[in-house]
Amino acid sequence: MTRSAPPLAGPADTRRGRSIPARALERLRRPWPDSRAGRTLGAVSLLACLCVAAMVTFVAVRAWPIFAHDGLGWLGPGGSLSTQIETMLNASTDAPASAYRLHVWPILYGTLLITTLAVLLAVPLAVLSAVFIVELAPGPLRRAMVPVVRLLASVPSVIYGQIGILVLVPFVGNHLITTSQRVALESRVQLTGAGLGVAVVILTVMIAPIMVALVCEALGAVPSAWREGAAALGVNRLRAIRALTLRAIRPAIVAATVLATARALGEAIMISMVSGSVFFAPAPTDGVAFFYEPLRTLASTIIDNHEGIGSPALRSALYALALLLLFSAFVLSVAGYLIKLPLRRYGVRA
Amino acid sequence: MNAFASSPGAGGLSSRVGGPPSRGRLSSSPSRGRGSSLRTWRLGERLALIAAWAAGLSLCAITAAIVLYMGFRGIQYLRPELLFSRPQASLSQAGSGGFLDPLLGTALLTVIGIAIAAPLGICSALWIVEYGQGGRARQALTRVVESSIEIVAGTPDIVIALFGLALFQLHLLAFVSFTASGGGVYGRSFLAAGAMMSLIALPPLFVAVRDGLLAVPAHMREGAFALGKTRIATIRRVLLPAVRSNIATGVTLGVSRIIADTAIVVVLLGDVLRTETQGGLPGLSLLRGTGSTLTSYVYDNSPAGEGAAPQKAYAAAFVLMVFVLLLNLAVERIARAHSRSGGFAAGGGIV
Amino acid sequence: MKMHEVPPARAMHEIPQVRTTHEVPRVGTMHEIPPVRTIVLDRPPAPVRPVREREAIRRVAAPGPERLRLEDVSVSYGGASTLGRRGANAVRSVSLSIHQGEVLALIGPSGCGKTTLLRTLNRLIELTPGARRGGRILLDGEDIHELEDTALRARVAMVFQQPNPFPMSIFDNVAFALREQSRRRPHRRELEPLVVGALERAGLYEEVREDLHRPALRLSGGQQQRLCIARAIAPRPEVLLMDEPCSALDPISTSVIEELIGELRRELAVVIVTHNLAQAHRVADKVAFMYLGDLVEYGTTAQVFDEPRAPRTRDYVRGAFG
Repeated sequence: MTRSAPPLAGPADTRRGRSIPARALERLRRPWPDSRAGRTLGAVSLLACLCVAAMVTFVAVRAWPIFAHDGLGWLGPGGSLSTQIETMLNASTDAPASAYRLHVWPILYGTLLITTLAVLLAVPLAVLSAVFIVELAPGPLRRAMVPVVRLLASVPSVIYGQIGILVLVPFVGNHLITTSQRVALESRVQLTGAGLGVAVVILTVMIAPIMVALVCEALGAVPSAWREGAAALGVNRLRAIRALTLRAIRPAIVAATVLATARALGEAIMISMVSGSVFFAPAPTDGVAFFYEPLRTLASTIIDNHEGIGSPALRSALYALALLLLFSAFVLSVAGYLIKLPLRRYGVRA
Repeated sequence: MNAFASSPGAGGLSSRVGGPPSRGRLSSSPSRGRGSSLRTWRLGERLALIAAWAAGLSLCAITAAIVLYMGFRGIQYLRPELLFSRPQASLSQAGSGGFLDPLLGTALLTVIGIAIAAPLGICSALWIVEYGQGGRARQALTRVVESSIEIVAGTPDIVIALFGLALFQLHLLAFVSFTASGGGVYGRSFLAAGAMMSLIALPPLFVAVRDGLLAVPAHMREGAFALGKTRIATIRRVLLPAVRSNIATGVTLGVSRIIADTAIVVVLLGDVLRTETQGGLPGLSLLRGTGSTLTSYVYDNSPAGEGAAPQKAYAAAFVLMVFVLLLNLAVERIARAHSRSGGFAAGGGIV
Repeated sequence: MKMHEVPPARAMHEIPQVRTTHEVPRVGTMHEIPPVRTIVLDRPPAPVRPVREREAIRRVAAPGPERLRLEDVSVSYGGASTLGRRGANAVRSVSLSIHQGEVLALIGPSGCGKTTLLRTLNRLIELTPGARRGGRILLDGEDIHELEDTALRARVAMVFQQPNPFPMSIFDNVAFALREQSRRRPHRRELEPLVVGALERAGLYEEVREDLHRPALRLSGGQQQRLCIARAIAPRPEVLLMDEPCSALDPISTSVIEELIGELRRELAVVIVTHNLAQAHRVADKVAFMYLGDLVEYGTTAQVFDEPRAPRTRDYVRGAFG
């Protein structure tokens, strides 16, 4: 058998004569075989995984000193958080172990409070709006709602914060807070209008559009055979939606809630502008004043203290907070996935 | 969470209260019989009907309020010279200049962010859709990549900012920013912020391109393979042109995410008002330098920051809103041109 | 191997033999016909009774009162129709009478308007945008246009071509109409006997009795269709409309459902659309033949199949076109 012809390249003699960079360039310019293209694309894709792994590693490494000091006790209550942060800020490079003392319960509580309230308000708002858009709105209004929701979702959080701090906070401070409430809480905290109520309202408006989009999509994906079947059984429109369609899109509602909760947890700028920025844990026993009390969340603490990130003690504290946020976002996705599993059983699309 | 499902169903179950009966010949107007009267509805359903209308209309009202208020304030405070003059540190409003630097800072960050995110997102989407089917190992890798991008999408921007800081304060990456005389790497620069912005822009871009690729009908690929083209050639010549509008949508969504982000800018761009370059090389010095963007400008000028110039903050916020509106219009225009249907699906998801 | 070298042909005896389980007849030996394989069924389809016998049975149980009367009904889809003509009628001037105790089969080739006519009977046609209707339809003497559509559909039920059980348990599927049609929500205790009764009448109860809370989508195709029938008859409607209910099913499920229709007609009026002439012959008491929107012939099964008056009917039932 004679030797087969050489693969696509120049004539054999000129290949020998070229330099290495020229040959490499030639190799790049020739049509790539699929295996090499596949490997290159795969390597680029794996960069995303690398980023996630690097993110977890770097944040954990920098957060380690706080864990080394107290174990998981730093999540609990103890001492005044503001003095602790102050100490950390002032501690220099060779900070003593006591500078790493941190008990973040007030801001953990604040985060849970704001997130829970906002999600509790946003889920019904989003589901009702989605049902309105898909089923109830007349044609022109439905077409108008689509850009409306998209716009609401893309408004920057700093603009929400600006409207909050320049419009809503003065309104609450001047018109809603009564003098008696101010006097009652004078010893503990000052009520300025920036606090839980305004933060929850704005956060609800921020996270609702994300859910609306997802739920609308799911409503549109419900097979028309089910809707026809329900109509043929003489069930009126809204009843059919409640009894059948909403049950059918439960996984989508769960997914939307998880996404909205993750967004609410991670919101830093708007909350830092609107929530009063005081290390205070609002108490429901204060009655209506509960909604006017200032607070801080994990994310807003990070952004408020980011200038001091040079000092090592404060640095590890902030990274510990970031690790907590990362962990909670991860837990949320897993929880969402687990909640959707049993729903698949009934043929509900997940 | 497929962003390109079919648009919200039209029609639904229609019942109208009352309606003209028609008898005899075909009527010229659509004839509908009597719908179910509200009397037969349970109390909860009547309340739900009212609540649904209230929810939908309140969303409209809130959007209108935000847009109108920002527009009103912006027109009140925006002067053309603000757009073209550089900010100056000054105690008085009159002397503090405009926001040209923040404007350019936003543009620069967007360019860097998209320049990194677009190849990354497109390559990942291509790999997952075209090369992802294979053995078990290949499919497991595909799941890993998709999950990582989902994790990145769900990560708060604060955490990404802190990650960026930790990453670029490594001595290995000291060239990205400024190194202080004591040996500490500053870690903050346009390049650093832009790199982290690419992580913000990556998920919407990836999802848009991936869904576009999945929607390409199989016969287009099969036709190309039948002609003897390799997979990579098919990608270059057939698939990428087919998903041009999806790429455009993804890029637009990514850009709107980037210009709206504040936390990364505040942490990773240094706390300066004007753009400061770093080092000698003409292009690289700007990338290594620090500065501000419209978002950090608004943040710093509001009562939460220094609070010195709320009027300028309003003007800058107005400009920001105009950009956001224009980007939304662009997304819709692309969606309408690509498929004749409206709805969230055709234009790519909001996330 | 050079390009011009062709591999040598292999000798016939080198090609491996295909092994068969039974004898393959060699060419030229036509008298060696392989034996017929017996097909084993777990349940054979129900035998078909001749038409005269069925008519005899039916005459003993007289047909009941008139349930539905169609007077000069026409339907059109606005805009361009499939035929390309603007506003062509899908159904033109149909007048029929449907009695309890009878099965009416609507037969005809594809596109002749039988499904449109069926969907007009419970006003489901209104879900299609652009559909217009003329003429009168009376349910027990009341114009269905004047009734509320939910009230109408509680009395005129429908079963679709593709089984469409809801993504719930079997119990919840059958109880769906019972729960949602009433003003107040009935208790589970009240619902159980009704659900069991409906499942028994649909012939499904024996197969699902151990666990009524299984997801409905886990049932087989035939079982799902019987579930849809149970769901439709649970609120005791007066008329049952069936749109090609067996076309998506296997022969055994088809025969089960045909038997079911025979039993259901005692309490209901049944209108069944079918493109399967043999099925119409087996199941129906009255047959209406439609062609391109017109009602060409209407009479008893014996009349239409054995002594059709119109030549087009004769051509259709003899299989000249379809």
